[in-house]
Amino acid sequence: MNIVIDAYDFVRSNPDQVLGDIWGHVVLSAAAVAVAIAIAVPVGAAVGHLHRWSFLAISGANVLRALPTLAVISIGITVWGLGFVNIMVALVILALPLILTNTYVGVAEVDPGTVEAARGMGMTGWQILRRVELPNAIFLIMAGVRTATVFVIATAYLAGFAAYPDTLGAVITNPTLPLSQLFAYTVIAVALAFLADGVFAIVQRLVTPRGLRLTHTLAAA
Amino acid sequence: MSPMLAVRVSDGPIIPDFDEPDCRANERFCWGWVVDNWPDLQARLVEHVYITAIAVSIGLVIAVSAALLAYRYNRFETPFVTVSTVLYTIPVLAFLLVMVQITGIGLLTVEIALTGYTLLLLFRNTLTGLRSVPPEVHAAAAGMGMTSRQILFRINIPLALPALMAGIRVASVTIISLATLAAFVSPLGLGRPILFAIGTQFVTGLITAGALAIVLALVADGLLVLATRAVTPWARAGQGGIR
Repeated sequence: MNIVIDAYDFVRSNPDQVLGDIWGHVVLSAAAVAVAIAIAVPVGAAVGHLHRWSFLAISGANVLRALPTLAVISIGITVWGLGFVNIMVALVILALPLILTNTYVGVAEVDPGTVEAARGMGMTGWQILRRVELPNAIFLIMAGVRTATVFVIATAYLAGFAAYPDTLGAVITNPTLPLSQLFAYTVIAVALAFLADGVFAIVQRLVTPRGLRLTHTLAAA
Repeated sequence: MSPMLAVRVSDGPIIPDFDEPDCRANERFCWGWVVDNWPDLQARLVEHVYITAIAVSIGLVIAVSAALLAYRYNRFETPFVTVSTVLYTIPVLAFLLVMVQITGIGLLTVEIALTGYTLLLLFRNTLTGLRSVPPEVHAAAAGMGMTSRQILFRINIPLALPALMAGIRVASVTIISLATLAAFVSPLGLGRPILFAIGTQFVTGLITAGALAIVLALVADGLLVLATRAVTPWARAGQGGIR
């Protein structure tokens, strides 16, 4: 168990480095997920609302999902060099397909009867999207964001290969450091992923409209 | 053995030496290098394919057995999901480097780590597929006099196939991506030329090795879509081919 004790001692004696790396990791992950949401939710909602170009959007998402992250970083070096933009693009490509697919499915598969009722009440297309389809889709959208966030946190250490400093990758991608440091950072990375998942579980409760909360509780039961 | 493991970005660019004088400047893509190094690249590509295939196959055996068990006895679901979720959130590079201490450098270490990442995806999809069979279909099958074994093999498993195939598809592209990091603990796979190119900032290597990994992932994804259609011919009529 020496390695556990060494890992603990390392964290205890280098709080500034460890906290700095955790903070950098969280900021990078949050930025990547935010950019992915900003692109994927409008596109997914538009495609789902219009019921058009869905094949294009879903195929595009599937292609992005297949791209190996390290390969994206590798080719990215020749396009935008090392650093923030490089790792950011790689992480956005990782997060985007999940959020896009879930937003599309969530919006497109809102009960047609509900949408017809809203139209019958005189709602415009925009109002239907904002007040009927998106609130009904929020459960799936949040599930996509949640999974994407866990993915991104578990992958953001690849920043080390893009020479972007101060993330958990500073230790994880450096095989010359002692194993105890690697172990410490691994435990931190897993803890961060679970923590983010927990935070999202709470956010999901907060953003789900009260009327839908009951239905989902019933559906889950 | 190349000095791949020792070269780091911080050491600055080291241009690999080769016979094309035009390419020495490291400013643009250089076909000559690709042609000269093709046998090596091809070997890495083949390694990448079998690393992925082994991990997904072993993962499939474990996850499908576990899903069948969890389908029969519900209490097995939570422990298996918990363990495979933890496995799934460990950064793969860290997992590999820790496993090296136990199983040493080589294919075994790589496969143990990569198999771990397939379990959650395959288990969840298989179990969802098994459970998606409507109760009235079960009732009809039982009414026809089928035994529970017949119901499992002739009703549940075929109806779970689309979900299972979707799981295999996601697991395969995920493992192709993660397997690029196998090069850290073994001389295998496309990760080796990728990490070497990242270490040396060699433009032609960065593009060629990266592009090979991307093409491999897209081809695998496409082939699995075709395979899904082949094994679930009934799904095409209803679904219009999407998803």
